Amino acid sequence: MANAKLWGLTKSPWVFHVAAASCNNCDIEILDVLTPRWDVERFGIVLVGSPRHADALLVTGVLNRKSLPRVIQVYEQTPKPCLVIGVGTCTCHNHIFEPSYNVVGPYDKYIPVDVYIPGCPPKPEAIILGVVKALQRLQ
Amino acid sequence: MNILGILFNFVVFPGFLFSAFVGLLLTWVDRKVTARIHWRVGPKIYQPYADFLKLLIKETIVPEGSSRTLFFLGPLLGVISMSIFAVMIFQMNFDPTSTFVGDLIVMIYLLAVPAIGIILGGSASKNPLASVGASREMTQAFGYELPFLVSMAVIVLKAGGTIKFGEIIAVQQSGGPFLYSLSGIIAAVVILFTIQAKLSFVPFDIPEAEQEIMAGPYIEYSGVTLAMYKITRAMMFFLMPLFLVSVLWGGLTSWWAVLKVLLFVVLIILIKNTNPRLRIDQALKFFWVGLGLLSIIGLVLAFYGK
Repeated sequence: MANAKLWGLTKSPWVFHVAAASCNNCDIEILDVLTPRWDVERFGIVLVGSPRHADALLVTGVLNRKSLPRVIQVYEQTPKPCLVIGVGTCTCHNHIFEPSYNVVGPYDKYIPVDVYIPGCPPKPEAIILGVVKALQRLQ
Repeated sequence: MNILGILFNFVVFPGFLFSAFVGLLLTWVDRKVTARIHWRVGPKIYQPYADFLKLLIKETIVPEGSSRTLFFLGPLLGVISMSIFAVMIFQMNFDPTSTFVGDLIVMIYLLAVPAIGIILGGSASKNPLASVGASREMTQAFGYELPFLVSMAVIVLKAGGTIKFGEIIAVQQSGGPFLYSLSGIIAAVVILFTIQAKLSFVPFDIPEAEQEIMAGPYIEYSGVTLAMYKITRAMMFFLMPLFLVSVLWGGLTSWWAVLKVLLFVVLIILIKNTNPRLRIDQALKFFWVGLGLLSIIGLVLAFYGK
């Protein structure tokens, strides 16, 4: 029974894209991953429009004072169990925005992040690898 | 018939489990054909089942301030009505004598119930986008029911004025399918577009337009309730082409009927993949003016026996 649950979760991760004030590069790379060229529907990955349907949140961008409450709200709206995948170097640390007055720090101060995908922006292959690693972490 | 047999019919075969299983398989056909049209590989055959299993084990969230009863009633209505519909359509096909007066009308009503479930659920979710989706669903339902009912009248006229579903199948088995006539073809075209709209597939996916109102009425649904909506959709995707084959192409007489159902399924998928989304006013105009006039022409032709 537990195996069946795990199988269902790993074979059909629906992702919701949380663009928390990124510079748009990571967002474009995420859209690239979803195009027919990389075809992530092979692995059951589908982009959904509502956090209520999501199993994985792809968060991008450096966290700032305006986007923090929204990100936490979206995380709380997502039904558990859910994964959080940080795409881009900005999710790992504050990157070049470290001295800024408006930046409140990396994501794992506020929500649990399962996998970080470094890169500015990461390649589509790297994003797919990151999602696969996040799924392996479940097992 | 004993009560266990009836329960078996409703829950296992040909009711809920069987039609859900075949419906999910056809959902995979839909996704695979779509993928091939996009020139990509597409999901594996177990994908819809994995999706369904995953949705069953996810947390179900009821939004704060929503109407709890209606929120759960919405998805349930669709599943129940489609299970009853599956039992009726298979019973009439296997044994056309087991019909009763007006069962065609019961089936038309059962086909309209999932839309009502979506409207109820969407309005109960306390979300502005869900309300917009529910109101669009309602407008669209008013649109497609008119040509659909006129086409049903064509079929009733061609079957000699009977409103028994079993007799319609029996008449076709003795006197040839209704599809092999001009009015039959017109009715088939109209019902095909109606199926497209009832399934909210792409030219008519206005209620749940992913890019404008996210998922429309489904936006607040998660876990088991979303799975029920998905399974209703899958069952409709299987049962409505079957209904079309039953009323126009002679019913489930031989194994050829499987190919006939698949033909309509693939036609629906091709229409879905080669058209852009309409606006709600364009859709309403298309159904009332375009298809409405077409179905009335079909009715006149059927009256003169063409």
